[in-house]
Amino acid sequence: MEMPPPNPAVLAKKPELIKRLQGVMLDDGIISDPFETRAYECDALTAYKCPPLLAVLPSSTQEVSEVLRICHDLGVPVVPRGSGTSLAGGALPTEDSVILGVARLNDVLETDYDNRAIRVQSGRTNLSVTGAVEEEGFFYAPDPSSQLACAIAGNIAMNSGGAHCLKYGVTTNNLMGVTMVLMDGTITEIGGAHLDAPGYDLLGLICGSEGQLGVVTEATLKILPKPEGARPVLIGFDSNEVAGACVSDIIKAGVLPVAIEFMDRPCIRATEAFAHAGYPDCEALLIVEVEGSDAEIDEQLGTIMEIAGRHNPVELRESQSSEESAAIWLGRKSAFGAMGQINDYMCLDGTIPVNQLPYVLKRISEMSAEFGLDVANVFHAGDGNMHPLILFDANKPGDLETCEAFGAEILKLCVEVGGCLTGEHGVGIEKRDLMINQYRPEDLEIQMAVKDVFDPKWLLNPAKVFPLASSDARRIAAD
Amino acid sequence: MIASATEPLHVRGAGTRTDQAPADGSVLRTTGLTGIEIYEPGALTLVAKAGTPLADVEAALTSENQRLAFEPMDHRALLGTSGEPTVGGMVAANVSGPRRIQVGACRDSLLGVKFVDGQGQALSNGGRVMKNVTGYDLVKLMAGSFGTLGVLSEVALKVLPQTETEATLCLHNLDHARAVAAMSSALGSPYEVTGAAHAHIAGHGTPQTLLRIEGTDASVRYRLEALRSRLADFGELTDIHGSASRKAWEGIRDASSMADRAGDIWRVSVKPSDAPTLIESLGADAQTQLDWGGGLIWALMPEGTDLRAQLGAFAGHATLIRGSQATRATVPMFHPHPESLARLSRGLKDKFDPRRILNPNLMELGG
Ligand SMILES: Cc1cc2nc3c(=O)[nH]c(=O)nc-3n(C[C@H](O)[C@H](O)[C@H](O)COP(=O)(O)OP(=O)(O)OC[C@H]3O[C@@H](n4cnc5c(N)ncnc54)[C@H](O)[C@@H]3O)c2cc1C
Repeated sequence: MEMPPPNPAVLAKKPELIKRLQGVMLDDGIISDPFETRAYECDALTAYKCPPLLAVLPSSTQEVSEVLRICHDLGVPVVPRGSGTSLAGGALPTEDSVILGVARLNDVLETDYDNRAIRVQSGRTNLSVTGAVEEEGFFYAPDPSSQLACAIAGNIAMNSGGAHCLKYGVTTNNLMGVTMVLMDGTITEIGGAHLDAPGYDLLGLICGSEGQLGVVTEATLKILPKPEGARPVLIGFDSNEVAGACVSDIIKAGVLPVAIEFMDRPCIRATEAFAHAGYPDCEALLIVEVEGSDAEIDEQLGTIMEIAGRHNPVELRESQSSEESAAIWLGRKSAFGAMGQINDYMCLDGTIPVNQLPYVLKRISEMSAEFGLDVANVFHAGDGNMHPLILFDANKPGDLETCEAFGAEILKLCVEVGGCLTGEHGVGIEKRDLMINQYRPEDLEIQMAVKDVFDPKWLLNPAKVFPLASSDARRIAAD
Repeated sequence: MIASATEPLHVRGAGTRTDQAPADGSVLRTTGLTGIEIYEPGALTLVAKAGTPLADVEAALTSENQRLAFEPMDHRALLGTSGEPTVGGMVAANVSGPRRIQVGACRDSLLGVKFVDGQGQALSNGGRVMKNVTGYDLVKLMAGSFGTLGVLSEVALKVLPQTETEATLCLHNLDHARAVAAMSSALGSPYEVTGAAHAHIAGHGTPQTLLRIEGTDASVRYRLEALRSRLADFGELTDIHGSASRKAWEGIRDASSMADRAGDIWRVSVKPSDAPTLIESLGADAQTQLDWGGGLIWALMPEGTDLRAQLGAFAGHATLIRGSQATRATVPMFHPHPESLARLSRGLKDKFDPRRILNPNLMELGG
């Protein structure tokens, strides 16, 4: 993956930068030692690494504002960072950039049960937002699998989703307001505990902007009362097509499950060997979960089982207890870990229209034969967000490149059938150069024009999201 | 037409959602752009040209037992307009009804847009799939931008299944503080309340606090009972079902109780628990209705009143939905922004419509 060469003029400013930063924050928040900056050299896309010029960890919005003002004055690029779990290289530094980490901003500022909202600093982890309200019977709905580690800041920047977003939506549907600092240091307040902000939907624009428009330091999030209960059913099929058709029928029938998860045979086999969840040995399986009181759950699961029954399932297992529910989820939840045990893998994230599932799965298995690399599929089927995992061997020369080429073909296929390159992980550097497959030059141009408004000097996370060739002129003009 | 325009263009669907006549320039109507392009019930998605009558979309959805979950209001009675509302107009105004508290606003169901910017350039953003984080989300930006950033030509929407039935629990004659407390308790329960309003309903002399539940028959009955015991402290509780419930919510959605009355109509978005105090500051001349659990105040004010001045500073904003000439002349339709945000909004307007010809001066951008 190509990154722009570091700007020597910026590298030369390191001593001056440190000196000015020391004027606005404590020394322990400024990390300049090359050994220590290594901790920030990559995110979860570990194939790409580059230590930053500096890392800074401010402890207030005011400090973030001052840091940004200084970097703006000196023309130093800034890469915002939450917990560094991005799978798209969103938080990857360049040699001439400052990593601005929000890890020290992790307080709960206000819990407001009457208005069903919580105000937190953005470095707080996703799961600990729920942790702060669950005693009162509430939760924060978006639940990325990385929720133990990832920060609200990264969730907002990537507009992250989770297994339960079929019912509850993704981050943008649960975000009510932010405090955001612009690159020039201006502190802005958008939205709050009221439902919609006036004027243009800047909140909607910021969510998913991958740290390129401003640094989010605080957020007001919607919290919801916990459902009375939830239970899944596991359904096994002897073909992907039939599993896909069953998903479509469940959706059409008017039951709205909280989650419909899909696993194919390679994935089932790998997780069985790893987690021994007792899954059937079949071509495809679905885990469908519904919520409500016991009787409501029975009613919904009844409808789902009836629909599934029409598709000749090889296995139909309705959970009757929390132990059985945990057993059904066990394999799904350990899928990524299991794949990691047997191989290096690359996790893709394209979305397709649900009715294209069977076709796309068939094409992926054909392409797998062409490229000579195995693929396992585990994904959110209800909303068509696929996660093909391509298995490769990082120690084998050329394997990573073949894997990336294969991945690119799969994502192009997603776009071809009416879908998109990324459903929840973001573009980052990983899919940057594929953007031309989804958007025409003018569609990218208007997005870059939006960045011009928020960050005219293109200093915030500049080499991400847009193909380098399209953003070249802007990044160079700004130098 | 846009590229060659030399004077302001007033972008209109069927003109049902505005009570303002353009002062100058020409009118660009989208009503020629009609038709449902794609409707996939099994994928919960529908794509339609912007000028497609909303009624056509709703008819197509009804035939598959689905619906637009955000429950867009019909502005015609309130504004005294006629014509067939279009999907493009609905999106441009981000029109969202009572169910917004549970399923989000129109913008939350909007998956993709095609539009023509102020230079006449055809652009697209988003798509027709339910999860999409590819590039910036201009879809949300276009929703609620009232045609000032571009003229919508096509919209892709997420749709949801119609529910089997509905019922509404009614509390009687609560004051605003008690009403908001009751709604807050209901919305804080696991019973999935899909409407929470406090309004004057035809046939009742006193205001009613209404809580809606939707789902299968058995589930609705179960949750109604559960809510009833939860709210036992709030006095007498009655319920209405099926079509009676639907009718009540249509009335709330369209603010019907204000339709035939003289005065200006405002829509105020607030933090629900602030609503009672804010209503008090509007004085005895105001007639109000609460929706969204208290988060939305509809206010009918004597003509010429500057409601914003009366409310003072608060967390939220007020939009003048229907105003007399005199009111329009002195108070802006949209709530003024703080300068830091106004600067960004102006910046966006300059990029999307550098000549400022699309609905100029409709959304005040502070300069
Ligand atoms: C095992 C695993 C499972 C995962 N599962 C899911 C999943 O189910 N669903 C899903 O959606 N994602 C998933 N992810 C991806 C990742 O966890 C999310 O993208 C997450 O939101 C990133 O959060 P973070 O705090 O780690 O952000 P980082 O990785 O630190 O940063 C991500 C992006 O946010 C920007 N950013 C960070 N902080 C700020 C800020 N304060 N202001 C502005 N921009 C900022 C960064 O510049 C970067 O572009 C998974 C990742 C892993 C490793």
